[in-house]
Amino acid sequence: MTRSTTPIIQMAGIEKHFGSVIALAGVSVDIFPGECHCLLGDNGAGKSTFIKTMSGVHKPTHGQILFEGEPMHFNDPRDAIAAGIATVHQHLAMIPLMSVSRNFFMGNEPERKVGPFRFFDHERANRVTMEEMRKMGINLRSPDQAVGTLSGGERQTVAIARAVHFGAKVLILDEPTSALGVRQTANVLATIDKVRKQGIAVVFITHNVRHAMAVGDRFTVLNRGQTLGTAMRGEITPEALQDMMAGGQELVALEESLGGTI
Amino acid sequence: MGDAAATPPSQDERIKEISALRRALIRPELGGMVGTVAVFTFFLLFAFDSGMFNSQGVMNWAVVSGQFMIIAVGACLLMIAGEFDLSVGSMIGFAGMIVAILGVTLDWPMWLAILTTFALCVAIGALNGWIVVRTGLPSFIVTLAFLFILRGFTIFLPQLIERKTIIGGIRDAAEGDWLGAVFGGKILGGLFVWLGDMGLIGVFDRGTRAGQPMVDGIPMLLVWALALIIFGHVLLTRTKFGNWIFAAGGDAEAARNSGVPVNKVKILMFMFTAFCATVFAVCQVMEFGSAGADRGLLKEFEAIIAVVIGGALLTGGYGSVIGAALGALIFGVVQQGLFFADVESSLFRVFLGVILLGAVILNTNIRRIITGER
Repeated sequence: MTRSTTPIIQMAGIEKHFGSVIALAGVSVDIFPGECHCLLGDNGAGKSTFIKTMSGVHKPTHGQILFEGEPMHFNDPRDAIAAGIATVHQHLAMIPLMSVSRNFFMGNEPERKVGPFRFFDHERANRVTMEEMRKMGINLRSPDQAVGTLSGGERQTVAIARAVHFGAKVLILDEPTSALGVRQTANVLATIDKVRKQGIAVVFITHNVRHAMAVGDRFTVLNRGQTLGTAMRGEITPEALQDMMAGGQELVALEESLGGTI
Repeated sequence: MGDAAATPPSQDERIKEISALRRALIRPELGGMVGTVAVFTFFLLFAFDSGMFNSQGVMNWAVVSGQFMIIAVGACLLMIAGEFDLSVGSMIGFAGMIVAILGVTLDWPMWLAILTTFALCVAIGALNGWIVVRTGLPSFIVTLAFLFILRGFTIFLPQLIERKTIIGGIRDAAEGDWLGAVFGGKILGGLFVWLGDMGLIGVFDRGTRAGQPMVDGIPMLLVWALALIIFGHVLLTRTKFGNWIFAAGGDAEAARNSGVPVNKVKILMFMFTAFCATVFAVCQVMEFGSAGADRGLLKEFEAIIAVVIGGALLTGGYGSVIGAALGALIFGVVQQGLFFADVESSLFRVFLGVILLGAVILNTNIRRIITGER
């Protein structure tokens, strides 16, 4: 797989303090276009703070973020979205009562001018939605179908397809597979693969090593607010990743008592 | 992967074709349509000879329905945006009183009095909305406060200024005023004269108006009702802003994440609700010729009931203006129809309670069907 050699996002020595709490204590990560960069960490490792810093919600206390080689100055998430950094949240991405096409274009509605009035171009919205969903391998019954009738995996896919359609260069996925069944997880992972092949940088946040190993090109482990380095695919075993995430020792003992199934 | 490619993707064996009935069931207007047909069937069968369906009778329930429609359109859009306004009834009383104080007591030209009232009431609507979005309090409680505040002023102001609770003389003050006619006038008078001459509608057969039709035109109130329904329906279903209304009420946080200006949408909907209440009030004072401190009592609940009968969810994010208008029509026809059918009018309240409960249960089930919740 050919990968671009200049990173789209460079984060160096990022620290984020909330009062006396140090959420991030020196995080350094490079994200390249067309790669799936897995960010692993246990609960409380600082993943959420990290995502929010990368997507412009938080400003780092120390350290520098370069986006496309320039220092990043986002005042709010809208700036980040406009620049091409899209975050797909595990929840809070879709409105179940609204149709797929209304959700797809929420906040970016296409318009059609009739005299002095501008109307929502439903025809175009429906056509584009069907097309984009087909590309992702989901055949909708109709674009009028309410999002509530879709499975969790399909909803994640709609959210990803939406971000890609609206020009995301960096796609941050916050635990997209954590609430899904096996089959749906496979679908979402396949979607991630398709997106990566379009040259989009995917930042895949998860605490599931097997999901990470399935699609990741590189792996960064976050533990207690610090990065423990980045490993390439093939350089590291799932067991080693698991140990780094959990901080080693205790888990070894636990794992033995559980028969090595975690 | 090979397996997936081999199966024709257009036919997923687990997706059942949904029947036309089920598809119709999830349209928000369905309840309103069924209700409308049922109500008309009932009264055509049991009150046909009562005069309910001659020209005067039709105009009677049409005007009452039109009043409900005007406030239901505002309440509907606001409810879909995820909020309530319990101050609608007090706003009606307040707006009417302000028109009377400015136009009669202070002797301003009527058009100026009306425009000032609109500006003031829409600003109060904006204040309602602003408090709701800034404090994050439920709109239920914020607008309940305004229900009392506005009603209090509506009783206090005329007593302070004129030492009474009803201010009359509005019709004289509005005589010949162009804006007064926009709310209190009638249109298509010629058509009704012609219909009367053709013998299609009833005419007076004695007195000074002998030969003139009993119904002499369409009141502007009905024109306003129709215009607001069309405006609300097009805004909701055919514009970008309509999508924002659904989104703001469906899930405010998800909408914000997608860049929808949720607070702006909600405040604008509070303003629109206040606008509708003011239209109602101005039409009413023009018709009655007076403003009373007790006008508009309970209207907020009647508006909400019409909207719920029309298929909107109390939780927001789902509903239809056409449905709300049908809900208002059912409301008006039944209220006046029971009178024509000579049924004790207190039973209307019983009917209202029963139909409200039925509508809410139906809507909750429809929500389950749409979202696939169990």
